[in-house]
Formats: sequence, structure tokens, C-alpha cells
Amino acid sequence: MKNIWTIAKREYDNYFNGPLAYVVMLAVLLPLGIYFSLILYFNSQQAYLGGAPAPDLSPINGLFAFLMIFLSPAITMRLLSDEARMGTLELLLTAPVRDSELVIGKWLGAMLFVLTLLLITLVYPLVLNNFVDPGIDWLVVTASYIGLILLCATMLALGVGISAIFSNQFAAFFVTLGILFFLYFMIGLPAQLLPQSGEVMNYLSIQNHFDQMNIGTVTLGGVVYYLSLITFGLFLGTTAIEIRRWR
Amino acid sequence: MIKVSGLTKDYGARRAINNLSFDAQQGEIVGFLGPNGAGKTTTMRILTGYMPPTDGEAIVAGYDVVEESLEVRKRVGYLPESVPLYYDMVVFDYLKYMGELRRIPNVDDRVGEVLEMVGLSSRANGYVGNLSKGMKQRVGLAQALLHRPEVLILDEPTIGLDPGQVVEVRELIREIGKERTVLLSTHLLNEAQNLCDRVLIINKGKIVAEDTTENLQARLLGAERVVVRVRGEADELAATIKSVKGVRKVETLEDGGVEFEFASGKDLRPEVAKQVIKDGYDLLELRPLGMSLEEIFLELTGNEGKK
Repeated sequence: MKNIWTIAKREYDNYFNGPLAYVVMLAVLLPLGIYFSLILYFNSQQAYLGGAPAPDLSPINGLFAFLMIFLSPAITMRLLSDEARMGTLELLLTAPVRDSELVIGKWLGAMLFVLTLLLITLVYPLVLNNFVDPGIDWLVVTASYIGLILLCATMLALGVGISAIFSNQFAAFFVTLGILFFLYFMIGLPAQLLPQSGEVMNYLSIQNHFDQMNIGTVTLGGVVYYLSLITFGLFLGTTAIEIRRWR
Repeated sequence: MIKVSGLTKDYGARRAINNLSFDAQQGEIVGFLGPNGAGKTTTMRILTGYMPPTDGEAIVAGYDVVEESLEVRKRVGYLPESVPLYYDMVVFDYLKYMGELRRIPNVDDRVGEVLEMVGLSSRANGYVGNLSKGMKQRVGLAQALLHRPEVLILDEPTIGLDPGQVVEVRELIREIGKERTVLLSTHLLNEAQNLCDRVLIINKGKIVAEDTTENLQARLLGAERVVVRVRGEADELAATIKSVKGVRKVETLEDGGVEFEFASGKDLRPEVAKQVIKDGYDLLELRPLGMSLEEIFLELTGNEGKK
């Protein structure tokens, strides 16, 4: 456990050593802030004219989720691929660290960075709470954040797993992006064409469970879905590292 | 400390090392000598728990490298050939990170100590990427020494260093080798000669010779060659030397010196010296010409060793 924490801590610090952390923060917080202002602006106008529904947080967290499809591959792409390219993987693999600890530590480091981002976005529900009367439903907000954390954890776990396969970070980026795009937008599509397969395909979509949680419905099925994918991603990473040893 | 038997490693169809067996004791510096691609790095990677062998067994510091890999890794310090480092980290932070992964108590103090040992204390707060090649090499060595390993495995430890640094690093290795086991690879023959207690010569994945450097020379030569020089003209010197019983292959050199040979183990130098003086020459030099490891190496590995 301590090894996982040591690796995660270094990875977290490392994000802020380079430009990546700031670029990602800008890419998330700028659109989010603009979108939030627009929502407040139009909502207050409508309220002035009379009869507007109270604004809620779901569009904001929905946008965060959408942005993470593109940003999480950037966050995870170099985690293990760069270690392989630079040869530093040899140091880690000859240190008394289990392969799984290495992969989980990398994932946790990325996760801590995303949690930092999420912490900053808490400013939106706090502002919103002052804006609407009688305040916002904090249970729904909590459910939405649980969904967002699970969704990001899943995306990052898949990204770390794919990063372990490649020695080139851009290969890792595009493969991760492709897979996330597929899981987010495309796997649910057959549900519209083949109604009988709808339930299965909707369950497999990485987006649907989050959409449910974003409006306040945390389902056991959704949580299990995300936890399974997280486990799969980390297992993929560990296996890829083990295969590297044999080569 | 290191015991290897029947170690074999295949990369696909290519056999990198073939049925390798050797051992190394505590307090011994063993040199691994061979041309590029001979299997030195592969063997070291197996001993450090980086990769499993295809066949055979290796026990390092009392643990099996496959079955108890983590235990082995706790006790081994390793400097890989390419000296991989995190260039975007500060030297001190990098060593601290590696130390934390190895659960070193009072890691800050120990990092300071090791930096002192390798002479990098003044660069502790600089970025690894800004160091010269020799300094990077020493950071790598510091990393290998951090946890006071029982076994130190160094892949080409002095490559890329300037001559002064080479001397320092060799001194450091010699110091460490007094108490611990050091296995180092090199393709510099003089390095193996003046640093190692024992040399393993490896070629095409096989050990072709294993002995102390002195014994290797004697064994290959079967005879010792000596050169004699005297003051002034020495036309008759060869005849004088020839008159000593047991001397063979007397040759006059262009500069007036004379070389001869005698069977090893039966040192004829005193007899030759007496004879030379008795015949009225002023003896200036009487020097054994040891066969260099270079010659031994080429002899053992054939022409492939030259590439």
C-alpha cells in the first residue's frame, strides 16, 4: 500500500512540474466557467420575465464529463508509456514494487489530479446555492459528483492500462481516446436500431450510468459497471507490464 | 551471494544466453566481460528480477530470482546500462523517491550520505536533466547504493565518464566490493583487469573462460615472456641470454632489447640477470611482458570479438 502512495504522490507532483496540469485546468475550467455564466444569465432573464425552472448543476457536470473524454487520455498517456520509452521502467521493475502496485499508483496519481479539478468545480454548486431559492438539492449534487468521480476513475483506469501497452505516448493517447469515444457515444447506438438489445447496450455505455447519477439516481448496477471497468483497466495495465518483462 | 546454474534466455527464436553457470561470493568483485550482444545485460536483467529466465535457476542474496523476486530486488542495487533517470526531477527528490520505494528509514539523511559518496552534494538541488553524462552516471550509482544492497549489479559503470571520474568511480566500487558482492559488466579489458577479483568472459551467450585475471594470463600463455635491455651496443646479448638453461624463443628487438620466454612457474629472471651482468653488460631493464587481457579475449572469442 505504501508503494502505491509513494508512486501516486510523485505522479501528482509531476503533473505540476510540466505544463500539462495547467493546460488541462484551463481546458476544463474555462469552458465550464463560461457555460456556468451563460446558464445563470439566461436563467435570470427568464426568471425576470416570469416562470423559469430553477437551474441545477447537471449541465455543468455533464460538460465536465464530456470534456474528460478528451482530457483523460492526455492525463494518462505518458504515465507508463514514457517510463518504457525512457527506460525508467527498468528502475521501477527492479525496485521491490509489485507490478500491480505500480499500475495502481500511477492511476491513483492521475485520480488525485482529477479530484483536485473536481474540488475546484465545487465552487459552482456553492454559487448556485446562493442563487436559487430555497437552495439546491445537495443529495442530487452528491449523487452527481459520485457519478463524475466513478466516470473519471474509469476513464483514467482504461487510459493507464492502454498507456502500459505502448512505448509511445501519442499512440496511447489516440487509442484511449478512440476507446472512450466508442464507449461513450457509440456503444449505446444499437439500442435505437434494435430495441430488443437496448437494455444490454445501454448498460455497456459508459455515459448512461453517469447521466442517471447526474440527475440524482445512483444505481447499484451503475456502480458495479464502473468498478468492473476500473478493475479491468488496472488489470490490463498490470498484464501489459508483466508481458513487457517476458519480452 | 550469487549462484547461477543453467541459465538460459530466449528472445523469440534467438538464444541470448545459453546454459550459463557461475557464482560470486561476498566481498568479491566479479567482472563480466564480453563483446556487445554477448548476453551481459540479459544476464544482469535476470539477476535483478527485471525479467524471468527461459530456463535455469539463479539465487541472489539467498533468494530465487523467479520465486522470490521481491526479496531479491530488496537486496540488489542495480545500475542499468542506459542509466535511466527522470530528467525532469531534482536530484535530491529523485533519490528520495527511489529511497521511499525501498522503504529506507531516515531517507533524507541517507540521500545526503550517498550524494556525498558519489561527490554530487553540490548538485543536489539541480535538475537531473541538466547534469553532465558523468554526473548522471553517478546519480545512477547513488541510486544503486541507496539501500546498502548486499549485491551490487552494475552494467558498464564507467562508460561515458572522463578519466578522472573513471578513477573515482572505480575507487568507489573497490571500496564497496570489500564487504559486498559486486558484479559488473564491461567491455574495457583493462577495467576488468585492475578492478575485478575474477573475470567471466562471455561470448555468444556462453562463458568461455572464468578465472582470476592472473590465472587467465598464465593459463593461456603457458609461458612467460620477458624483455631485457642493457646500456650501449648489445650485439652479443642474445647469445648471452641463450646460454641460460631453459630459455626459449630469444628474439632481438629493433631498439636493441632482447625478448625471451620460459615455461611459466619456473622463473628464470634471476639466472638471466646474473648471466647478463657476469658478461659485463649494464642491466637497465628486465621486465615481464604479461599477455594483455585484450589478447586473451581475442584468443578466446575468435574474430567475432573484434567487432
